[in-house]
Amino acid sequence: MEKRVIVIPAYNEERTIAEAVRGALQVADLVLVVDDGSSDRTSEIAASSGAVVARHAVNRGLGGALGTGLAGALRLGADLIATMDADGQHRPEDAKRALDRLSAGDADFVIGSRMLERKGNMPVRRRLAQLLGNALTFLLFRRWVSDSQSGLRAMTRAAAERIEIRSSRMEVSSEFVKEVVDKRLRLAEVPIEAVYTAYSLSKGQSFLVGLQTAFKLVLHKLLD
Amino acid sequence: MNAIQLVLVVFSCFGFGAAVARFRRGRLSRAQLLIWSLLWAGIVAVVLRPETASFLARRLGVGRGADVVVYLAVAALFYLQFRLFSRLEDHERQITALTRELALKDIKEPPHGR
Ligand SMILES: Nc1nc2c(ncn2[C@@H]2O[C@H](COP(=O)(O)OP(=O)(O)O)[C@@H](O)[C@H]2O)c(=O)[nH]1
Ligand SMILES: [Mg+2]
Repeated sequence: MEKRVIVIPAYNEERTIAEAVRGALQVADLVLVVDDGSSDRTSEIAASSGAVVARHAVNRGLGGALGTGLAGALRLGADLIATMDADGQHRPEDAKRALDRLSAGDADFVIGSRMLERKGNMPVRRRLAQLLGNALTFLLFRRWVSDSQSGLRAMTRAAAERIEIRSSRMEVSSEFVKEVVDKRLRLAEVPIEAVYTAYSLSKGQSFLVGLQTAFKLVLHKLLD
Repeated sequence: MNAIQLVLVVFSCFGFGAAVARFRRGRLSRAQLLIWSLLWAGIVAVVLRPETASFLARRLGVGRGADVVVYLAVAALFYLQFRLFSRLEDHERQITALTRELALKDIKEPPHGR
C-alpha cells in the first residue's frame, strides 16, 4: 500500500502532543512532528511517542511549520500526506478518511471540513471567523470551500510537490486553496468533527490574529 | 531665519551627514549618495526660500507651494514604507528557508520501522 505520512505542526503543545502522535500513528505509517521553536518539551515528548521530529530553531509560524512538514514528508518518501493539529482538535479517524479519499484516485487535495456534517461543538465565534475566512478566500481566489481555515487536510505526493507555501502564519490555510486553484488540482472535501476542548480554545487564535491574517492575504494578493 | 527653519535645516544636515557616513562605509553607492544629497539640498532650499516650492507648484499645476511639499512627502513615505515592507517579507522568507533546511538536515525514518 502507499506510504502515508501525517504532518503535525506543533508550537508549545507538550500537554497534547503525545496523544496526537499516538493517534496519528494508528492511521499512518509515519508521523512527522514539526516543532516550531517551542520553549517547552514538545520535541522530546513527540520523539518518545514515536514521531520523527523536525525542529525549527526559531518560531516561524504555522505556514513555516507546514512548509517544513510537506518538504520533510516528501524526503521521507511519502505517497500520501495529511496534516493535523497538535492541540487535540482533530480525530485520527478523520485524517484516515481524508487519506482514503485520495486513494479513490479522483482527488489530489482533500480538505477536512467541519461544516459538511454539523457535528461537534464549534463555538459561535469560531463559526463566524470561519465564515469570514471562507468569504475572503472566495473573493481572493475564486473558489468556495465550506471550511477554508481547517487544519486537517490531505494531498497526494504529486500535489505536495507542486504546492508552494510562501506565507508564514495563519494565512497558510487560504494559501492552500490558492495553490489548489492555481495548480489546477482536483479538490474534494470530507466531513470531519472538530473537538473543541477547553485547552484548544484557550490556545486558539484571537480576533486580532484573524484581522492580521486577512490583512496579509490581501497584501500578498496585491504583491505577488 | 525663524525657529522652525532652523530646526529643519539642522535636521537636514544630520540627514545629509548620515548619508555621507553610509557612503564612507561603502553602504551607499555614488549614485545613491547623489540622490540623497539632492533630496536634502532640495529640502533646505524649500525651507529657506519657500518661493521655490511655489515655483514648483505652478510648474506642476498644483495650487500652493506648501501643498506640493506635502504631496511629495506623502509619496516618498509611501515608497519607503513599501520598500521596507518588501524587504521585511524577503527576510522573513529567507529565515524560514534557513530554519527549514536546518530542521530537515538530518531527519530520517526510525530504523525499527513499524
Ligand atoms: N499559534 C501557533 N500555532 C502554531 C505555530 N506553529 C505551529 N502551530 C500549530 O498550528 C496548529 C493550529 O494552531 P491553533 O493556534 O490551534 O490554531 P486554530 O486551531 O486555528 O485556532 C497547532 O497544532 C499549533 O501547535 C505558531 O507559531 N503559532
Ligand atoms: Mg487549535
